[in-house]
Amino acid sequence: MSTEAKQNTITPNTITIDGQEIPFKDGQTIMDAALAAGVYIPHLCHRPGLTPHGSCKLCVVDIGSRGVSFHNSDRRVQTKFSVDIDGRSVSACTTPAVAGQQISNNTPALNEVRKTITQMLFIEGNHICPSCEKSGDCTLQAMAYHLGMLDGHFPQFFPHREVDASHPTVMLDRDRCILCELCVRASREVDGKNVFAIAGRGITAHLIVNSPSGKLADSDLETGDMAAHICPVGAILIKEHGYEVPIGRRTFDLHQVGEIGLEKVILAKVRHTDE
Amino acid sequence: MSSPIRTVTVEQVNAVIADAYSQSNHLLHILYALQQRFLHISHEAVREVASHLGLPISQVESVVEFYSFFYGTPRGRYNILLSNCTSCGYMVGDENLMDTLCQRLRVVAGKTRADGLVSIDETSCIGMCDHGAALLVNGMPITRLDASKIARIADLVETETPVANWPAEWFRIDDNIRNSSLLLKNDFAAGDGMRAMLARNIDGTLAEITQSGLRGRGGAGFSTGMKWKFCREAQGAAHYVVCNADEGEPGTFKDRILLHSHADAVFEGMTVCAFVIGAEQGFLYLRGEYRYLLPQLQAVLAHRRELGLLGSSILGQPGFNFDIEIVVGAGAYICGEESALIESLEGKRGVPRNRPPFPVTHGYLGQPTVVNNVETFAAAAHIALRGSTWFRAVGTEKSAGSKILSVSGDCAAPGIYEYPFGVSIQQVLDDCGAKDVQAVQVGGPSGTLINPVKFNRKLGFEDLPTGGSFMVFGQGRDLLAIIVNFAHFFAHESCGFCTPCRVGTTLLKNGLDKIASGHGTQYDLDEMKRMGALVKRRSHCGLGQTAANPILDSLQRFPHVFEQRLAHSNFEPYFNLDGALEEARQVTHRDDAAAHLK
Repeated sequence: MSTEAKQNTITPNTITIDGQEIPFKDGQTIMDAALAAGVYIPHLCHRPGLTPHGSCKLCVVDIGSRGVSFHNSDRRVQTKFSVDIDGRSVSACTTPAVAGQQISNNTPALNEVRKTITQMLFIEGNHICPSCEKSGDCTLQAMAYHLGMLDGHFPQFFPHREVDASHPTVMLDRDRCILCELCVRASREVDGKNVFAIAGRGITAHLIVNSPSGKLADSDLETGDMAAHICPVGAILIKEHGYEVPIGRRTFDLHQVGEIGLEKVILAKVRHTDE
Repeated sequence: MSSPIRTVTVEQVNAVIADAYSQSNHLLHILYALQQRFLHISHEAVREVASHLGLPISQVESVVEFYSFFYGTPRGRYNILLSNCTSCGYMVGDENLMDTLCQRLRVVAGKTRADGLVSIDETSCIGMCDHGAALLVNGMPITRLDASKIARIADLVETETPVANWPAEWFRIDDNIRNSSLLLKNDFAAGDGMRAMLARNIDGTLAEITQSGLRGRGGAGFSTGMKWKFCREAQGAAHYVVCNADEGEPGTFKDRILLHSHADAVFEGMTVCAFVIGAEQGFLYLRGEYRYLLPQLQAVLAHRRELGLLGSSILGQPGFNFDIEIVVGAGAYICGEESALIESLEGKRGVPRNRPPFPVTHGYLGQPTVVNNVETFAAAAHIALRGSTWFRAVGTEKSAGSKILSVSGDCAAPGIYEYPFGVSIQQVLDDCGAKDVQAVQVGGPSGTLINPVKFNRKLGFEDLPTGGSFMVFGQGRDLLAIIVNFAHFFAHESCGFCTPCRVGTTLLKNGLDKIASGHGTQYDLDEMKRMGALVKRRSHCGLGQTAANPILDSLQRFPHVFEQRLAHSNFEPYFNLDGALEEARQVTHRDDAAAHLK
């Protein structure tokens, strides 16, 4: 009791990531707190401003058992978790920051797990980087470089997936979709539309379009929508803007995926980086 | 009888939707009505349903594609689904009953015959594991399948005999209760538990449930009293009670018996919970495989309304209003996960939610919700009637009361065995007449595979928690085939939300197939271990976190079943030259020796 009280007075609302103490505000997730403090936790399906999703699992972190405090608002959650709190694996983007959490993030073991998950994302789809317009601007590709991924490791699944080229200005190539649902959420939460959804299940889960024909052309998607630009891979592309920026000058030629606040740079890629 | 498919008009579709809607506005029920009437749910029907319910087309489409019992293309007028469970599945010894039926009816599994008469496919465990091989024909279970019954079924289909005129004894499902304890031995008269509850009032009843030590019977074992207390204290516009009757774990069928013969206790437990947490609406989420129980469950609900045990001012108590609606699932194991179940109740794909928040504070429609297992509610009703001391007198310190086991597999008397918690595996094996046992799978594929040196282990939260599945594998069984079966099950049932489970369960399945076909090496075993550990630790929900258990358990406890199949080399490619010719063989209708390599 006295240690708890003492800890609360010394470190109110802080968590520790890889030994670094980081403040957080009530309601923030581990990811929120980390990004605000300039600490990078790898992620693909997360984007500040959109509802956290927790599906890609690139942001898995381990929470250790030491230093657990009993913050009033989370007493119930703490009780629930106290049984298996030893080295719990969680998604940083969906797990609330709780005072005293001891978090492992940038460790060789976790980065190895993340590399394997990235390989899984590559081999379940059809990602042919050299022929993809998104190469150099692709967050999945940048993640692979960041994690030192040299090959897909697993046998390719080579799935049959549909391409939808019906829309006059936007192209949907499901071969490259990683099911992160950023477009689903951007359409609902930012564009005020509901253009995309995920259908099916398991390894056959796939992106569908909310229109009578199921085609993008019959949806209310417009070029200016965030959903048309947010795709971290080359599944949703703007037509007639191919290869405007040469390889070598693209987003991840000039930036590291681990830089904080890259979202604006990535979104702006429809413009030439020289502009 | 001509195929109705070509002649469907929008008016007919809308008539079915309107009729279904008048009985229930639940998306799953409306889609079921369409599937029944038109044998599939067309894009046009999806559009009409969306417009009728005011839902996005994509939501309706995504639900149709998610659940196994909805189809985008027409099924046969006789749609036959054979269970692929290791206990009630179509593999009887070396005999493949599905192949036999397909050959007799000249059908390719998974495809509808050209005349639209029949379609045959496999489905995950249908909960008939104490009845031998089993199938569903247009949703009705037929059990105790053998080659001669398969032949007669084929004849009845060819002669287009209505299923209602098939031999009635084929559809008989027995309870097969072999051993009874607290819940199955004691009579329960409708209303008795609630009268005792009213005498104790809310606080007294909650205290009784808490003191009884009752823990969730689904396997996770959270304190029922605590769950009800948290829900009761949570703020919300409404509170809900949900009974999880989506018993999908292969080898489990206890809920079938409870719902068939003890439904009053189950509904009464839900009503007791409603009284404690202040709910006015309850749902029983019934797995689609148990739809045949629906009419009789509806009758029990109607009877309880007549007795004043449901409805307004229950038992004359002003302000005590509560009723129960039954929602029927459509073939998705993942909906047994409580937050996926809630998503399904809300008419969506069954994708588990992020937690926290937990359902007790943010459940159905974002409101405080208690989700408990069928057996938990039955136990709660008995506790309300007989008190916590009666319940605690049985079982162990941390596992009060009894547990109902579904015993199946290689034993003389498969069926329902209710024991006080703390019973040993050996005791159960002795009672069910199991001899020469190679292994026992406790808790189903997601549970634990036990080898004979550990048969002294005890069932209970202290040692081996279980949802109730107890599968016995004799010495004659090919254990690797069982592990392969389980791996296929999880890959089929993964919802696809998170990367580790979506891709990992398929990688595990492919790796095991490679080993089972004699092409695996030590490298593949090492890969299985590494991928199994990742899927187990990094997946989003309980499905992924347990999907690798059979593989990891058997690699540890039965390494020889893998090692004896390994190819004698360090590495073999996944690419199978002979397998790659399969399509060519199908196209040329050849399967002779010369059409195979080596």
